[in-house]
Parts: sequence; C-alpha cells; structure tokens
Amino acid sequence: MRTLIMCLSVLSIAPAMAQDAARGQHLFMADGCYECHGTVGQGGAAAPKLAPDPLPAEAIAHYIRHPAAVMPPYVETLVGDADVRDIQAYLASLPQPKPLNDIPLLAR
Amino acid sequence: MSDTKTSVKRRGFFSAVAVGGAAALTARPETATAQPAPPTPSATPPGAATAAAETKTPHELPLTEGRSGSDYMVDVIKTLDIDYLACMPGSTFRGLHESIINYGGNRKPEFLTCLHEEISVAMAHGYAKVANKPMAVLLHGPVGLQHASMAIYNAWCDRVPIVMLAGNGLDATKRRPGVEWAHTAQDNAAIVRDFVKFDDQPASYGHFAESLVRAYAISVTQPAAPVLIMADSELQELPIEDEPRGIPRLSLPRLPAGDPNALAEAARLLVAAENPVIVVDRYSRTQAGVDTLVALAEALQVPVINKLTRMNMPNQHHLNQTFRARALLGQADVILGIEVVDFWGTVNDLRDLIHREEVHLTKPTAKTISLGTTSVPMHANFQDFQRYQPVDIDIIGDGETSLPWLLEAVKRALPAERQAAIAGRGDKQRAAFKQIQGATLTNASYGWDASPISVARLCAELWDQIKDLDWALTAGESFFQSFWPQKLWKTEKVYQFIGGSGGYGVGYGAPGAVGTALAHREHGRFVVNIQGDGELMCCPGALWTAVHHKIPLLTVMHNNRAYHQELMHVQRMADRRTRGIDRAVIGTTITDPAIDYSKLAQSMGMWAAGPISDPNELGAALRKAIDVVKRGEPALVDVICQPR
Repeated sequence: MRTLIMCLSVLSIAPAMAQDAARGQHLFMADGCYECHGTVGQGGAAAPKLAPDPLPAEAIAHYIRHPAAVMPPYVETLVGDADVRDIQAYLASLPQPKPLNDIPLLAR
Repeated sequence: MSDTKTSVKRRGFFSAVAVGGAAALTARPETATAQPAPPTPSATPPGAATAAAETKTPHELPLTEGRSGSDYMVDVIKTLDIDYLACMPGSTFRGLHESIINYGGNRKPEFLTCLHEEISVAMAHGYAKVANKPMAVLLHGPVGLQHASMAIYNAWCDRVPIVMLAGNGLDATKRRPGVEWAHTAQDNAAIVRDFVKFDDQPASYGHFAESLVRAYAISVTQPAAPVLIMADSELQELPIEDEPRGIPRLSLPRLPAGDPNALAEAARLLVAAENPVIVVDRYSRTQAGVDTLVALAEALQVPVINKLTRMNMPNQHHLNQTFRARALLGQADVILGIEVVDFWGTVNDLRDLIHREEVHLTKPTAKTISLGTTSVPMHANFQDFQRYQPVDIDIIGDGETSLPWLLEAVKRALPAERQAAIAGRGDKQRAAFKQIQGATLTNASYGWDASPISVARLCAELWDQIKDLDWALTAGESFFQSFWPQKLWKTEKVYQFIGGSGGYGVGYGAPGAVGTALAHREHGRFVVNIQGDGELMCCPGALWTAVHHKIPLLTVMHNNRAYHQELMHVQRMADRRTRGIDRAVIGTTITDPAIDYSKLAQSMGMWAAGPISDPNELGAALRKAIDVVKRGEPALVDVICQPR
C-alpha cells in the first residue's frame, strides 16, 4: 500500500502533458507490450486483456513497476510516467468490440 | 558355398569394380602401368595384378542374386501389420529399400518419401496418435539417426509408439573406405538410447526377426514409446540360400490395470469428497476411453481439467472445466490425476522470477491419487519425468485399462444418500461452465477486426467452415493459439484433438500433421493444422511429402513472423536487467525479409493463398483452400496473425 501511494504521488506531481495516443501506440509496440497482450491489447494465453477500457495510467504505472504475478517489471527509467500516460491513451483510444449479436461467427 | 564365403568374394568384387571403373575413365587399362604416378594421387593407382583383375570377368563370382537377406527382413516386417514406412533414402539400407519396393510390392508397408529424417519420425509420431498403431521408419546409420533424434525425443515424451529400423554395417572388413566408415557406429543406438524403450543390433536373420517382433510389442505396450532395431547392411545384402527359421508370432501383452484394492480405496475417497477434481493428461487413445471418463465424471459430477495433451473429454461437456483449473484446484479436497506426467506442476507452480518462487495451488489437506503409468520413469538422463510429487494413493496401471474398474468401484461405493449432494454439485458446475462459455465469446470479440488478424478470429472463421464436416485438428501446441480451438470449437471425438509434440521440440508441427492426415485419409476426415511459422521452417519439406503422396490436409499459417515464445523470453530478460527493452526482436523475429509461405508451398506443388492480413479476406481464402482439400489435395493459407 505504501508503495502504491508513493507511485500515485509521483505521478500526481509530474508535469501535466498532453496524452499522445499515436506515440503510445508506438511505445506499446517498441517496448514489447504487444508481445503478450496483443497489438490492440486484446489479451490471450500469455497475458490478460488491456483494452478497451484500460486501467488508469497511475494504476498501470504502479503495476508494471511492481508486478504481482509473473509479468516482468518495467522500471521508470525505461518506461517513464509520460510514456505510461501515452500508452494508456492508446489503449483508451481503441474501440469497443461489436456486440456479439453483430458478429455472426460468435453469436450463439 | 556358405553365405559368408560368398559375401567376402562378392564384396571384394564390388570394391574392385568400383575402383576399376573410376580408373577406366582416366586411363586405358593396358597402358596404366606405363604411366608415371600422378603427383597427388587421391587413390592408389592399380598395379598390374589389379588392372588384370579389373579387365577380366570374374566368372567365379556371382553377378546377380535372388532372395536376399533384406527380403527376409521384409517378410518379418510384413507380419506386423504396418501400413507405412517413412524414409529419407540412405545407402546403409539400400538392400532393404529395394526389397520393400520390389520384393514387398511397396505395400504394407508402403514407402513414404521424406526429405529429412526428422520429418520421417514426426510423421510416424502424428500417425500413431490417430491410427493407434505404429508406422515404421527407416533411418540411415548414425547420420539419419542424428537427424531424427529430436523427433524421437518428442515421441518419447509423448508416449507414442514408433518402430524404427536403421542401417548400420558392423563388420569393418566389409566397409568400403570413406563414406561407409563415416556412416557407421559400433553402437548406433547409443545416440538415442536414453529416449527409446528398446533397441538391438541383430547379428543374424533369426535374431533380427525375434528382436523386431519383440520391439513392436514393447513399443505399443503402455507406456508406449519408440523402439529401434538395426538392420545390418551386410545381412541385408547377402543372398539367402538356407532359409532362416520361422518368424516368431507377435504376442501382445494385455495392458496392466491398477490394483483393485487401491482402486477401491481411491473410489471411497472420491465418493466422500466435497470438491473432487479430475486432472487428465496423456490418457485417451480410444473413444471408449473418452466415454469412460465422461461416465466417471458424471457419476460424481466432478469437474475435469484436461492438460490438453490428448482429447480426453468433450470440451463442450459441462464437466470439462479446463479453463477453471486454478480455482478448482484451490478448493479441491481430493484430486485424481490420470496419466498425469507432471503431478508436481499440477498442484504447484514455480513462478518465472529472478528467484523462482514455489506457489502451492492446493490445500495442504487435499488428498491426491495418481492413476497411470507415468510415475515410474523408464530412463533417468533426460528429465521429462518432471519433479517428484508424493501422492496419497499411487496406482500403477494403464489409465484406459484401469478406469472402467475405477468407475465400477465408484458406483459400488456411492451411497444413495449422496445422490442429492452430487446433483447439486452438478448444477454448480453447469452454471460455472455457462459463465465460462459467455466470457469466451466476449473475449473472442476483442480485436475482432484487428490486423494482424486475431487468433480468435482465425479460429472462428475456420470453425465456421469445418463444423459440419467430419473434422480433426492436428499437431501444434495449444498455448501458441491461446487455446482458441479448444475454446471455440466443439470437440467430441477422440481423434479430433491429439495434443502437441510431447517434448516441445520445435519442428514437429508440419510433419506431425502430415502423418496425422495420412491416418485420417482412409476415413475421409477433413484435417486442419494451425501451423506456427517459425516451426514450419524446421521441416518445410513435409509439405512436399503431403503433395507427393496426395495427403489431404489444410495448413493454416499462424504467422506472427517470430519465434514468439523466445521473443517473450528475451523480453523478460531485458525487462529484468533494465538495459533497454526495445531490442528483444534481435534474433527472435523472422522479418526482413518476411517469408512468403504461400510461395514456399507453391514451390512444392501445393495450392496456397496469402499472405492475408485483412480479416475480412480470410473467410474467402479458407473456403477456396477447403475446396482443394476436399478434392484430396493439401492446401495452405498464410495468415498474418497476432502473436498469441
């Protein structure tokens, strides 16, 4: 809990920056996020779904620096807070999936 | 004249002819002795006596032969009801090769031309899991055996029978200089002895017959595994004048069932349990095996976790709760493992962290029962037997043979007053299963229109077009496809899913699929292989064999343009070491240039389409390919996919 509070504090005092979804998409690929989560964050056997409806940037930042399970850590010097915000912006920009009834192959 | 005496003269004659023939190309025989010695001879020039011998017809030596040793070897092979023999040709078994195609009429076994020994063995591996009997494989001395070794190891780990023969010439005085020495080993089987169940180097025809028949029986007896018998090159090629003694009749042992008292004890534990769980691994070989497991699960309304190495349990049955494994194991009070190879890894985990951390997935009070043939390793060097896990009841016996007895014991031990509680447990499992099904479909919708194409979309498009056929999925590691076929398709028949390579040795997929498709061919089934791109490049020649032998098979490339599992491993190391996280693609991706798999397949005469990266184009391409396969030919569709 103490760690979480510290991380949230750090993020909250960071200079406000415009979130850049395009840059976030680039980072999502370059930093290897897609390898386990898929290029649109859809998840799979290797890792859970991230998008649509991603966690807030603060929660993502905390988790990737202190992963609870087997996810490898992404330290702040390599994925900074601004990077996380842009990655979150990319994930948030991804559309909701169609309703199942609009996908004939999945409609049951 | 004895065989031995004949063979000495014949071999000597062949050597002389070979050397003389080469000399005749460069010098007239009558002038050879007058020529100065070449400055850098590659072989000793013939002397007068040799030249004379070369130019005269050795009337005392036979030039042709009738029945040969390898004919007898074919007689032995034919007693074993083996339909196919997979082989890349090699000189150490040229005699046997000729006997199979001419003396044996190229029937039972029929020769399958393979482009690498790893392909031969992997084909036999996939075939055996569907045909429920072994294919023969012919290997070329230590050369072919070393090529084949990884595929043999996969089959060993996967408990699959294969009958392998290898040429090898033990008598050093009969080997021609050069290649024949390099292609001989005094103990050839030593190369793979750690992962075959039986091997021998027979020294006579009678010995060959006994050893091959014995090897077959050992191979198919559970736990099944590959076996290897040497076919001595000299024995193959010698003429037979005195017929060897008769071929021993194959006698197959009845498979061992578990101890009845232990089964009764296990039944009492299962009946009394509040939250029992069944975990099933390399269990089902027949539909009867599947049906018995379903009956046992239904008798107790106990959820089943399939390790996905065999079909084992219909995936749409409400008691198939494979994708709730962690939750079920966490609350289990009795766990029955059937043919579970890795029991420790079933009830524990070892997290992939810098300091690997053990995680116990079950309650300390949970009782464990192991039923199967997996708890006693046959060899110790290779560690596929996994970590040691003590269990409360360890029952040694073949799973399929033992399970009917366990089912009967459960029925006898089940008091009427437990029926209501068991029915209630079934209702809970139905509700949980329905919830999983709903979540599965929702999860499949994420990334539905993405490019690269999501693996869920790929599998849904494929299922839509094969679901009304008598279909079978083959080869491949389910994890690489995020288990989407196991989640989205309806699997009911034992042959519809047969698991992966066994030893996780990359290369099995394509040839394993071709062998599997061959076994399905006589039943007219439609066979699909979802094929990893990196893996295909280990044994791409398997595609040619499918075309050459007209084996209908749809190969759908799961082309993520990487050795993606390794990419994730390297990424993990880079993340831990914080020296940069954007270069894990070096050495792990297959780009620049990207491989065009449709052109690769087309180059071997196969119908192919792709690469396809637009999900909206996938259905049409699959439809065309399916039409080709329905006509009895193999086809390939290259699909640019998401990593997992």
